[in-house]
Amino acid sequence: MPAWIHDLLSVPSLARSLLAALIIGFTNGCFSAYVVLRRGALVAGSLSHALLPGIVLGVMVAGKLTGWSSFLGALFAALIVVLASLAVSRVSRLDQGTSLGVIFTVAFAAGLILFNYIPGEVKSQVKLEDYLFGDLLMLDASDVWVAFGVGMVTLGLCTALQRTFLVTLFEPSVAAAQGVPVRAVQYLIMTLLVLVMVSALRAVGCMLSLGLVVAPGATVFLLTNSTRAMFWWGGVLGAVCAAGGMVIAHVTNLTAGAAITALLGAVFLLALVFSPKSGLLFRRGRERAAAR
Amino acid sequence: MSGETHCGHCAHHHELEVSGVTVRYRGHVALEDAGFATSCGNCVALVGPNGAGKSTLLKAIAGLVPRSAGTIRWRGTGVRRWHREFSYLPQREEVDWSFPVTVRGLVEMGRYSQLGWWRRWRAVDDEQVERAMEVMNLGGLEKRQISELSGGQQQRAFIARAIASEAHVLLLDEPFTGLDRPAQDNLSGLLRRLAGEGRLVIASHHDLNTVPALFDEVLILNRRTVAFGTVAEAFKPAALEAAYRARPA
Repeated sequence: MPAWIHDLLSVPSLARSLLAALIIGFTNGCFSAYVVLRRGALVAGSLSHALLPGIVLGVMVAGKLTGWSSFLGALFAALIVVLASLAVSRVSRLDQGTSLGVIFTVAFAAGLILFNYIPGEVKSQVKLEDYLFGDLLMLDASDVWVAFGVGMVTLGLCTALQRTFLVTLFEPSVAAAQGVPVRAVQYLIMTLLVLVMVSALRAVGCMLSLGLVVAPGATVFLLTNSTRAMFWWGGVLGAVCAAGGMVIAHVTNLTAGAAITALLGAVFLLALVFSPKSGLLFRRGRERAAAR
Repeated sequence: MSGETHCGHCAHHHELEVSGVTVRYRGHVALEDAGFATSCGNCVALVGPNGAGKSTLLKAIAGLVPRSAGTIRWRGTGVRRWHREFSYLPQREEVDWSFPVTVRGLVEMGRYSQLGWWRRWRAVDDEQVERAMEVMNLGGLEKRQISELSGGQQQRAFIARAIASEAHVLLLDEPFTGLDRPAQDNLSGLLRRLAGEGRLVIASHHDLNTVPALFDEVLILNRRTVAFGTVAEAFKPAALEAAYRARPA
């Protein structure tokens, strides 16, 4: 039996980390379908930066870094940034992407400044790298419960409202005319995005959480014509890469977040080149077939 | 063909009355006091210069843009916003063709308004989807992604979605644009068939040469109604000149 399997079976903290990786990878992977369909990667990238001041605030209020303190703090900061960017784009000539570009860098800078004001005794327990890059191998039970709760809420709502989400993402004006509260649905999708990103925070950090919530959906998008397949296979890919990355990190002593993101990137690259539907390798063959 | 027409498959007189419709976008008047009245069984062309308000009128009837003034009545009842029996088909450039949806998935979307948010998919929904695809000659294309279709097939797929939604009034925005002659003839035949079955087809159209061959009635528009009636009555050089000479206000 390889040593890493033995470790997983015998070390409870490792088994817990693997469980968290599977839950977080699956939830983020499923939801990434909607991020890709909404063309929301830029917004997600902005949010990932905005999470830092929230986590720092959470630590300052709670007095320690736990799953719940980082979750609530990051949730608060992300919602403030999203609402602020919407407000700026409504009252000025700027679009939401531009206003997000300004606001998320300011939020990130605010996080770095706030970090200096964390009381010494708390600061000694955590490092800036813990916020930025996370540590999947150091998760506690509250992190797993946060991930589980967010996963249940997100997957439940996405499954129950699948038709509404799809119509809104495909043709928002037609959806609105059919009585779908499009703005409320878009806010709901944004709120779920914040939730899934925050649930991945302690595992992979705010900088790499973007990869988990974009790469699986983007990869499956290159392979399928079905939104349902994008959703579920995105989840499978996210879970497999998160668990695989964690094992690689354990065996090689790499940072788990980096190993997971690199693995997702490698699979994305394979799909980009070899996808029968849209891969670069088969492009000429497809063009010839279309011309016939 | 206008006037007392009865619906082919339900033997009822279904009239659409549009009167005094005004639409403003951020203070800019896109449509002013536009109106016409027609009934099911007709193919109606909306013609007019660029910026005349053709798409705006279609969207106002479909409930996609709010009206500043005016009324729309369908089967004698006022339509405030959206009506389940209306279906709008967008212009090509308004569709996200890369969206991962197959022809079958697109046509299934037509059933969503019947199903609401929660109700489970039923056998009758499958039947309606399959019938709509059959009517629109989409056999063998079910699994194609929408960008993998020709222009004519794409139009037919969107019309199939409208049929699956059991729409009675089809509001088509430039359906013939970009189609070659055989595809145009094919689509025209299918629209005629839908009108023959008792549906009302209203389409914006820019090729004036093909209006008499494709449509029964014509609404000539330039922000306001310039002329409306059967093609024989209303499609006259004087009305066209009045619409196309005048710059959109």
